[in-house]
Amino acid sequence: MDPIPTRITACFQALRSRGEKALIPYLTAGDPNLETTFAALQVLDQSGADLIELGVPYSDPLADGPVIQAAATRALSRGVTLGAILQGLRRLSLQAPLILFTYYNPIHQLGIPNFLHQLRQAGCAGLVVPDLPLEEAGSLRQAAQAEGIDLILLVAPTSPPERMGRIAQQSSGFVYLVSTTGVTGERATLEKRIPALLQQLRQQTPLPIGVGFGISTPDQARQIALWGADAAIVGSAFVQRLAKASTPEEGLQQIAHFCRALKAALQEVTTPEC
Amino acid sequence: MTSAPLASPPRVLDPLDPQVRPDPQGRFGPFGGRFVPETLMSALTELEEAFEQHWRDPGFRAEFHSLLRDFVGRPSPLYFAQRLTEHYGGPQIYLKREDLNHTGAHKINNALGQALLAVRMGKRRVIAETGAGQHGVATATVCARFGLECVIYMGALDMERQAPNVQRMRLLGAEVRGVEAGTCTLKDALSEAIRDWVTNVETTHYVIGTVAGPHPYPKLVRAFHDVIGQETRQQCQEQWGGLPDVLLACVGGGSNALGLFNEFVRDPGVRLIGIEAAGEGLHTPRHAATLNRGRIGVLHGAMSYLLQDEEGQVQEAHSISAGLDYPGVGPEHSYLKEIGRAEYYAATDDEAVEALLLLSRLEGIIPALETAHALAYLKTLAPQLDPQQRVVVNCSGRGDKDLNTVFKYLQQRGRSF
Repeated sequence: MDPIPTRITACFQALRSRGEKALIPYLTAGDPNLETTFAALQVLDQSGADLIELGVPYSDPLADGPVIQAAATRALSRGVTLGAILQGLRRLSLQAPLILFTYYNPIHQLGIPNFLHQLRQAGCAGLVVPDLPLEEAGSLRQAAQAEGIDLILLVAPTSPPERMGRIAQQSSGFVYLVSTTGVTGERATLEKRIPALLQQLRQQTPLPIGVGFGISTPDQARQIALWGADAAIVGSAFVQRLAKASTPEEGLQQIAHFCRALKAALQEVTTPEC
Repeated sequence: MTSAPLASPPRVLDPLDPQVRPDPQGRFGPFGGRFVPETLMSALTELEEAFEQHWRDPGFRAEFHSLLRDFVGRPSPLYFAQRLTEHYGGPQIYLKREDLNHTGAHKINNALGQALLAVRMGKRRVIAETGAGQHGVATATVCARFGLECVIYMGALDMERQAPNVQRMRLLGAEVRGVEAGTCTLKDALSEAIRDWVTNVETTHYVIGTVAGPHPYPKLVRAFHDVIGQETRQQCQEQWGGLPDVLLACVGGGSNALGLFNEFVRDPGVRLIGIEAAGEGLHTPRHAATLNRGRIGVLHGAMSYLLQDEEGQVQEAHSISAGLDYPGVGPEHSYLKEIGRAEYYAATDDEAVEALLLLSRLEGIIPALETAHALAYLKTLAPQLDPQQRVVVNCSGRGDKDLNTVFKYLQQRGRSF
């Protein structure tokens, strides 16, 4: 174990000591434009986000549903690049640890050492790579660890219990539990098997567990927390609000409001053990 | 050898050993692997285990081969193209007639094998992607044969280019879903099929149409097409008592090429040549020559050569042939290129159309535009070879589906048939 906790670990420790659950909003970088993205990150930081996930737009986002796909396509058509995203992040200073969400190919093109160096300079604390399962994650995981960046691995409803354990053991910062078999996007109801999955995963790891994919309302976030998750990750619902707003300013107001509502719902759930 | 040495030296694996094509992790050297969302990992393991188990089962093999014979119409002939040979005045040219298979292309071999596998795995819903529509038609056909529910993903642009195949799939009872995302072609259809699979993985089998995708697909699809090369070896033996000198095939994802090549990979005297689509020319951005012009990256679950920009975003491919219009390529082709076992060149849209017309007029065989790319390379290859040498071209599909495309293409250039 690393003697110095990473920013993400420290964040979860602080939340746990206050008996709080974490809210992790997700945004696609560059939609409607990069300036709005950077402003939105600051808005979320001041509206109750405990950690923030920032998605790098990609041409072939296999794990994403229509909302995030469309946001990525728009961003790419405006020429948004990973380099510009990381460059812009350097100017920000956020309370909430920032987690970059990117598909693997852009990392491969930059080269792992170069990518991680830029990530650290941009102030990112963690990394999620949705198309890099345990078996392919080895070299990135080791290099990220050396840079003090948490590589957060994903567990799915289809992961057998033994595999869940192995993934959790290699994950750092927290474990990302995908709540449903499917791509990202809003869903009317949460899957009934989430409590059982949480319980299984909890038995396998001392790490915090964040649940994502398909969570889009304060009620759903509260339910996830009641079922015992340490964090609720909400993506498409934020991306959609920014995309549908008639002006960037209106979008920022909407996500601020939505973020506070989600956090308030999570704060209704207190953890008795702390 | 009469006796084993006491201390054997460390075994240097032959890079062409089937044990390393792929290795147990699904790697062909640095290529291949499994770059997919975690949700699919258990399905890929399940598929791998089911394939290994059933492929070893003589009952499964017997059923597969009996259907290849009676339903597909195999073996496909190895045909001596006498007038084409005379035209080039060089080597003797033979055509492996995969165009004579049921549904008109090699694709049915794999679709049939995977449908049998789906039935054995208890999966009653089947999905597939298609570009030219040949794989979609083959999948719809075998689903009808086995009573499986069938959904085909097809780029909206390809649906327009290959309208007759859309009708055929619907006639066979399949649902064809148009994909409007990205470039509206094969790449996007594949992405959408993978998303469907992520969502319905517990009930659905994904019949991928080429030797690409995550492990075990490249290995499994190759295995179902191995019959092409195996028949070819036997037919060469029967017809001239030897091996071919050159095997020639078109490469999009690369399934017909590997189906022909794999049997001969360890015959060093047999040259393996794959022809990619050069579209409007390799000097333009409008081509689909992944191995000739791409760089190594990850697409649709595997590390392979890839057409991409400096940022690692996947680029649009272009070819007159919808079946070659793909910015990726099967990882084993990347490997065969890297170790120097196979050679890869490219033919333009123009060259492919000329080759299609030539074969039609000289041999009475209208080849698919995909196949025409391989045929187009004969004008470069033939002068390099002696008259006693033998070239086998994989005539991977028939061209009826392409008549509209070819007609329009000629019309735009003020020509007609």
